[in-house]
Amino acid sequence: MATKNKKLNLKDRYQYLTRDMAWEPTYQDKKDIFPDEDFEGIKITDWSQWEDPFRLTMDAYWKYQAEKEKKLYAIFDAFAQNNGHQNISDARYVNALKLFLSGVSPLEHAAFQGYAKVGRQFSGAGARVACQMQAIDELRHSQTQQHAMSHYNKHFNGLHDAAHMHDRVWFLSVPKSFFDDARSAGPFEFLTAISFSFEYVLTNLLFVPFMSGAAYNGDMATVTFGFSAQSDEARHMTLGLEVIKFILEQHEDNVPIVQRWIDKWFWRGFRLLSLVGMMMDYMLPKKVMSWSEAWEMYYEQNGGALFKDLERYGIRPPKYQDVANDAKNHVSHQAWSTFYQYSQATNFHTWMPEKEEMDWLSQKYPDTFDKYYRPRFEHWDKEHAEGRRFYNNTLPQLCQVCQIPTIFTEKDDPTMLSHRQIVHEGERFHFCSDGCCDIFKHEPEKYVQAWLPVHQIYQGNCEGEDVETVVSKYYHINIGEDNFEYIGSPDHKRWLAIKGESGGNKADSTDQDAA
Amino acid sequence: MSIEIKTNSAEPIRHTFGHIARRFGDKPASRYQEASYDLEAKTNFHYRPLWDSKHTLNDPTRTAVQMEDWYAVTDPRQFYYGAYVGNRAKMQESADTSFSFCDKRNLLTRLPESTQKQLLRLLVPLRHVELGANMNNSKIAGDVNATTVSQMHIYQAMDRLGMGQYLSRIALMLDGSTGTGLDESKGYWMDDGLWQPMRKLVEDTLVVDDWFELTLVQNILIDGLMYPLVYEKMDQWLGENGAEDVSMLTEFMRDWYKESLRWTNAMMKAVVGESEANAKLIQSWVDQWEPQAYKALTPLAETTVGTEALDEIRAQLTTRLNKFGLQQSQGVAA
Repeated sequence: MATKNKKLNLKDRYQYLTRDMAWEPTYQDKKDIFPDEDFEGIKITDWSQWEDPFRLTMDAYWKYQAEKEKKLYAIFDAFAQNNGHQNISDARYVNALKLFLSGVSPLEHAAFQGYAKVGRQFSGAGARVACQMQAIDELRHSQTQQHAMSHYNKHFNGLHDAAHMHDRVWFLSVPKSFFDDARSAGPFEFLTAISFSFEYVLTNLLFVPFMSGAAYNGDMATVTFGFSAQSDEARHMTLGLEVIKFILEQHEDNVPIVQRWIDKWFWRGFRLLSLVGMMMDYMLPKKVMSWSEAWEMYYEQNGGALFKDLERYGIRPPKYQDVANDAKNHVSHQAWSTFYQYSQATNFHTWMPEKEEMDWLSQKYPDTFDKYYRPRFEHWDKEHAEGRRFYNNTLPQLCQVCQIPTIFTEKDDPTMLSHRQIVHEGERFHFCSDGCCDIFKHEPEKYVQAWLPVHQIYQGNCEGEDVETVVSKYYHINIGEDNFEYIGSPDHKRWLAIKGESGGNKADSTDQDAA
Repeated sequence: MSIEIKTNSAEPIRHTFGHIARRFGDKPASRYQEASYDLEAKTNFHYRPLWDSKHTLNDPTRTAVQMEDWYAVTDPRQFYYGAYVGNRAKMQESADTSFSFCDKRNLLTRLPESTQKQLLRLLVPLRHVELGANMNNSKIAGDVNATTVSQMHIYQAMDRLGMGQYLSRIALMLDGSTGTGLDESKGYWMDDGLWQPMRKLVEDTLVVDDWFELTLVQNILIDGLMYPLVYEKMDQWLGENGAEDVSMLTEFMRDWYKESLRWTNAMMKAVVGESEANAKLIQSWVDQWEPQAYKALTPLAETTVGTEALDEIRAQLTTRLNKFGLQQSQGVAA
C-alpha cells in the first residue's frame, strides 16, 4: 500500500492501538451504553483531550509484568525454604503484617473490583484501558500479598482469616467503609477518591511505612513485594494526576464538585491513616521514621507543592488540613492507646513500648509525648507489672463516618475530645471531628446506612451477646492466641524458643487477666 | 547418585489460611488456591451504590443464574496473576518474532493491493469486536464476586485488548505505520453492509445487564462461531488467495482460542449442571442470542469461505452446547 502520509509518532500510535478501536455507536444510544457518566454533575466536553498517563500495549505489559513476577516468586520460595520468618527483628513486628493483611490487602481486592467497574463505565477508551490495567495490577497486589504472607501465617497467629475479619471485626470497618464509600459512589468520584487522593496524594503514607518497615525489620518477603510493586504504583500515581487535571480542565462547573471530593477524601484518607501512624511509631521494633516526620515530608511538603500546582485550576488545599497537620503529634499515640485497651478484640497484639522506644518517642514528639502520653503508658506499665493489665470492657462510641472510635482531640486542646453530634430526621448521629461531620451533612442519606460494628453487636447481629462470643464465633479470632497482650502470647513464646531464650519477662503469667 | 541438601525445617502452627482450610483441609495449599478463593468482601456492606438502585455492592443477584457456591467454577488452567502473565509473556514473544519477521521481509507490503484491501476489510475490523469483548469482560470482572470467576474475566478482557492490538498492527504494517490503513478499515466497520449485523450485535451486547448472560453471549456464542470461522476457515481461505503469510500473525489467536475453551467449557459445565432452573434460563438466552451471532457472521462467511463452512462451525458449537446439557438454539435453523 503506497502512502505518502507521515509516520505516526509514539503518542498517536498508542492512540491508534487503544482508543481508535472504539467507535461512535449508531445501533444503541450512547447514554445506554454509558449510563453512569452524568449523575454526579461532572461535565465532559471532549474525551479526546484525555492524555494517556502511560503508554503500555498489552504485549509490553505481559512481558514486563512476567519478568517481575518471576523474580518475586523466586524470592518468596527462597524465603519460605530458608525459614526467613526467623530473621525478622522481633516477633512484635509481625503484628504490622496482621494489620496489613486484614486491613490493607482486602482493599487491593476491592480496588480490583472498583477499577474493573470504572474500566467499563467511562466512554473514553483511553481512560478505560488505563483503569483496566490498574484493575489487573490491583488483582496482582491482592494475590501476591496472600503469597507473601502465606509463610508468616504458618508460623504466627492472627493472619489466618483476613478477608472474613475484614467484613466483621470492629476496627476493620474503618478500611472497609472507606472503600465501600468509594465504590458505591459514581465513577468520577471513585477516581478522585482512589486514583487521586489515595494513590497519588496519600500513597506514600500508606505504602512506604509498611514497605520500609519491612526493610528495616528483616522481612524480605514483604519488602520484595514492595520493590516489585513500585513501578505499578508509579503508573497508578500518574493516572491519579491525569484524572484530576482532565476533569478540572473539561468544564469550570467541575471545579467545585472536585474540590468537595478532595476535601472529603483527604479527610477520610487521613483518618484511615491513623492506623498506619500507630503502626509506624509502635509496631516496628526498628523504627523507620516517626509518623510526624512522614506526615511532614509526604503531606505537608509534597502535598503542599501539589496543591500549589493545582491553584491554577481554582483548587485550594483540602479543608481542615490545619487540623490534620496539628494532629500529626497526637494521632499515633491516641490510636495505640485505644488498641492497647481493646486488644481483647483484635487479631493482633499490643504492648507498652520499651524504655528506649519511649525515649525515641520523647525525642520525636518533644512537645506532646512526655506531657500527654508517657504518663499514661507508665501508668499502664505499672498496672501490668502488678497483675492488672488494662483492658477496657466497655465498647467505645464510633464516628458515624470514619467509624474510628471518637478518640481524637480538639486542635488546640489535646485533653478535650473533638466530639460532634447532630440530629438528622429525628435521629442522633455522632462524629469524631468537624471533618467527618461535614461529610455526613453533605450526604446524610449515605452515612445513615453504615454498618457500625459496635451498634451491630448491641443489636445482636454479630452472633453473640457478649464480646467474647462475638470475638471467637463471629470474628474467628482465637481467644488466647490471636488477641490480648503480646508479652506472654503464644507468638512471644514461640519467638523466644526460636531465639533460644526462655520467657522470664515481666508478667508472663498475667497476660490475660482483666480480660 | 543424587545429592540432597539437608535443610532445617520449622514446625508450622497451620498449613494455610482459614478460608482455604475450610474448603480444602488444613494442608499446604497451591498458589492458585491461596490467590483465588474467598478473597472478596462478602457481607456487611456499608452503603448502597448510587449507580444501581436494585443491588448492593458485591451482590450475587447481578445475574439471574443461581449457584449455591460460585466457587464451583474454577479455572482448569490454574491462572492466578503470575501464572497468567507468565503464560502470555511466552505467547507474545513468539508473536513478536512473527511480526518482526513479516515486517523485515515485507511479507505484507509486497501483497497485491487488492489482497491488502481484503485484509483491511475482512480481518482488521475484528479489532472492534475485540474492543467490545474487552468492555464486556471488564464489566463482568467488576460485577462478579467469586474471585475464581472474576479473575478469569479480567484476564479475558486484557487478552481481547491485546488481540485487538495485534490486529491493529497488521494494518499498521500495511500502511507503513501511518494509520491510513486503520482509518480505511474502520470505515468498513462503520459503513460497509458486510459489518453492520456484527456491529449491531456488538453494540447490543454493550447494554446487556446480566453478567452471566453477557459471558454466555460474548465468550461462548459469538466467540464460539467467530474464532473458528475467522482464524481457521478464513485463515485457510486467505492462504488460498495469496495471503498465506498473514497466518503467522494470527497464531496467537488460534493458541488463545484453544486455551480459552478450557475455562469457558468448565464454567458452562458447572453452571448449567447446577440446576434445572439454570439450564432453562441459559437455554432461553441461547435461543435468543445464538441466531443473532450466526446472522452477524453470515455476510463475512458469504464473502469468504461460504455459508457451508459457517454451518459446519455452528454444528460444532451445538455439539459443545449439548455437552453442557443445552440444546441447539430454537431460533433460525442451521
